[in-house]
Amino acid sequence: MKTQPLTEELELFGCIQCGKCTGGCPVARKTTLNIRSLIYHMLIEPELDLEAHPELWDCTSCFTCVVRCPKDVRPAELIIALRGQLVESGRVPDTVGAALMGIFRQGNPTGIAREDRTAWMDGLSVKPAQEGCELLYYVGCTPAYDLRAQPVARALVRAFTAAGLDFGTLGIEESCCGNEVRRMGEMGLFEMLVEENGALIRSVGASRVVTTSPHCFNTFKNEYGLDGIEVLHYTQLIAELLDQGRLAFSREVTKKVTYHDPCFLGKQNNIFEEPRAILKAIPGLELVEMDRNRERSLCCEGGGGRMWAEGTNLEQRLAFQRVHEAADTGAEILAVACPFCLMTLEDAVKVQGLEERLKVMDIMELVNLAL
Amino acid sequence: MVENPRIGVYICHCGINIAATVDVQKVTEFAATLPGVVVARNYLYMCSDPGQALIMQDIETEGLTGVVVASCSPRMHEPTFRGAAQQVGLNPYCLEMANIREQCSWVHSDRAKATEKAQWLVASVVAKVARLVPLESREVAVTPGALVIGGGVAGMMAALDIADAGFPVCLVEKTGCLGGRVAGLDRLFPAMEPVAELLSPLIERVRAHPRITLLLNSQVTGVEGYVGNFQVQVETAGHSAPLVLPVGVIIVATGYDLFDPRRKPELGYGQYPNVVTALELEHILARESADTALSSALRSIAFIQCVGSRDAQAGNPYCSRVCCMYTARQARQVKELRPNAEVTVFYMDVRTFGKGAEEFYDEARAKGVRYRRGNISEIYRRGERVVLLGEDTLQGRPFEFEADLVVLATGMEPRHDSAALSTLLKLPRSADGFFLELHPKLRPVDTAVDGVFLAGCCQGPKDIPDTIAQAKAAASSALIPLLRGRVPVEAATAVVDAEMCAGCGMCVEVCPYGAPGLDPLWGVSRVNAVLCKGCGACASACPSKAIRLQQFTPDQILAQVDALVG
Repeated sequence: MKTQPLTEELELFGCIQCGKCTGGCPVARKTTLNIRSLIYHMLIEPELDLEAHPELWDCTSCFTCVVRCPKDVRPAELIIALRGQLVESGRVPDTVGAALMGIFRQGNPTGIAREDRTAWMDGLSVKPAQEGCELLYYVGCTPAYDLRAQPVARALVRAFTAAGLDFGTLGIEESCCGNEVRRMGEMGLFEMLVEENGALIRSVGASRVVTTSPHCFNTFKNEYGLDGIEVLHYTQLIAELLDQGRLAFSREVTKKVTYHDPCFLGKQNNIFEEPRAILKAIPGLELVEMDRNRERSLCCEGGGGRMWAEGTNLEQRLAFQRVHEAADTGAEILAVACPFCLMTLEDAVKVQGLEERLKVMDIMELVNLAL
Repeated sequence: MVENPRIGVYICHCGINIAATVDVQKVTEFAATLPGVVVARNYLYMCSDPGQALIMQDIETEGLTGVVVASCSPRMHEPTFRGAAQQVGLNPYCLEMANIREQCSWVHSDRAKATEKAQWLVASVVAKVARLVPLESREVAVTPGALVIGGGVAGMMAALDIADAGFPVCLVEKTGCLGGRVAGLDRLFPAMEPVAELLSPLIERVRAHPRITLLLNSQVTGVEGYVGNFQVQVETAGHSAPLVLPVGVIIVATGYDLFDPRRKPELGYGQYPNVVTALELEHILARESADTALSSALRSIAFIQCVGSRDAQAGNPYCSRVCCMYTARQARQVKELRPNAEVTVFYMDVRTFGKGAEEFYDEARAKGVRYRRGNISEIYRRGERVVLLGEDTLQGRPFEFEADLVVLATGMEPRHDSAALSTLLKLPRSADGFFLELHPKLRPVDTAVDGVFLAGCCQGPKDIPDTIAQAKAAASSALIPLLRGRVPVEAATAVVDAEMCAGCGMCVEVCPYGAPGLDPLWGVSRVNAVLCKGCGACASACPSKAIRLQQFTPDQILAQVDALVG
């Protein structure tokens, strides 16, 4: 692959090789991924052999490198662009290919039928947003299909109903938001999703969109150009409802809880306080912080397509390290606000034998207990 | 139109800058045909002494009433040529320049077309010069006294130089003591001398100087007037009413703020007691008991460079220029104090530009200070110690580095109140927020406001030698009007035709210099020629066309336009 066109497009010339990107990259500590060195190669060599870099699929797109780069270079965007070259020539890991195909055919990465997308709302009364509503609830693929994440969506519906909100969902017309599609380098499919989902969201006429996942939130807010429609992560909305007194807790949850900031909510979108405000508002709940919190939260390794690509070095997972950090605080519950974090960290608790000490729960599951 | 104008046109080759692209011979021949032109010449460098002599000789022998020099931008050499004309008795305002370099030869490559354009530009200026009238150069008296804002090293040095030259100086300092930021330091590189050795004699001299009035706990709250005649309002502790000081010149030496590393939350400052700023370490080192203050249990001490400098995320893209050297100095001091501790400096680039600086850096390494290239990305706790996450970019390997003490080399920022002072003095700031000098090379201490000069870090980060050099430069520039006792004022000012003026006050509103005012008796506008800078805002705003800007009158401008489109 010729290096010059991408080097120019991504303005890599700004790089001074200071090493802040690789220095802070959680994956670089355990695999051969070195984004600083890749940028250097792009700057000084005419060619790059993509086949020699299987570690390109290790990046979780946590964007720590982008957030911290002192020269406004966007290192992770180079990885996304290089993945794009691989996608174009069909050289992708099988599991990534399958996820992309599932999204293309059924609108979700698992490839389960589109018709089953609303199975999670059995027994709940949820209005089709197409009939018109003030608030569009964008459920997302994982909360819609995954058994572990479905209770989060159900808890949100319960909370919205309790607060008396006029809300609806897109039902089986809802498709993958494409956040991970773009980060896996499939720009064509991403653009198609932006166009189709964007038109669908606008057609509803809602003034606000709320998402379960920080990943959907991120792409809607920063990449869709949904001018005039306010995009919210659920933690922002729930915190607002509590603040306005439209939602109130009636039951105690006497637990010691620590909170893990998801990369796409925290570092990338600076939403640090709302999740904590919700937790602090729950009667009886004691919130303790891990040493690495907020901007320094350690990535769980679930983003950037890593839910469908193992990457290299399976033995040392960041989630393993993270659940130990959580357990060390003495917390009984590790609270999360992202379906990917929920699944990766829960897996890690099991593998690390911490099940007796630590339980991973979404903030909405705690809210549900307290309502 | 001047009756029977006799105009000389002088086309400059500017070496090859103009001549390579413009056929100067052809332009000369064309110019000779223009109405009113009696002589047209070209020469290799018009600005050279022989070039100027050509013009001066023609003025005398040909009896020229106007001169056109076709060369570079008037910002470059208009004063040169006007000075030459004046020497031989031609009113300097009867000389104008046609810019055939920046606006022609430098930006075009087609020789034929560039030559044609140069001809039009010359014709246009000739048409204007034929209509120019002599203007009177005027001067106003200068109040013999200076105001210096800021009592740090820069302000004290500038105040001393001006006072030593024989003028009274008022030194206004916001805090209750002199010395500024430097007073908070312990030792100075490269000689490692204690700061007091530099500062105490300076402070003593300022306090004892018969011509320096020191106003501590004081603040400038208002500035009116213009070069030579400023009225400065100062609020000072102990006085209920603000003082009003008449001064001729003002030196701004307000210094800088330190970057607050809490704005880099990934570095854990404010969270871990063993992450400190360089200034905090300086306070430890300055204590009599530095030996005990710096625990002997420290095994690993890390210094991190460029905290809040060269950092777009922090909003400070510039280099703070002092951190490399103060870090080298502190690292060496710490290593000497704790020879068994591992002292490591993490850097992006080491910049040692000052005199003796590279040698000092060499010594620091020779004393055992270790330098590792890598911008630390994150700090977190591990037991009593902290872990620095980074990449050694020379090894190409990420690392976790454990340290007992981390020192952050925080950079300099514009003072938080510099926007307010900028408004008070109408002083422009550069993109980085520091005060803007008039020209980065040629006029480094002048500002866009005549009579206001800059010294020290309020203009940009600099070390003590550079600060003192700039302070002395500012003092010497400020002494020019003080010593001359008079300053020239713009002659090409706006004038009001009282017959035409309706007294609407539009000119008063648009003028950025406060020059026009409505005459309370006659209800018409009058322009204070001393305040007027000749910008023309009032002339274009005036709905009655009662204001005329001399040197840019409607007939002169229309003649230029006619020459271009005709």
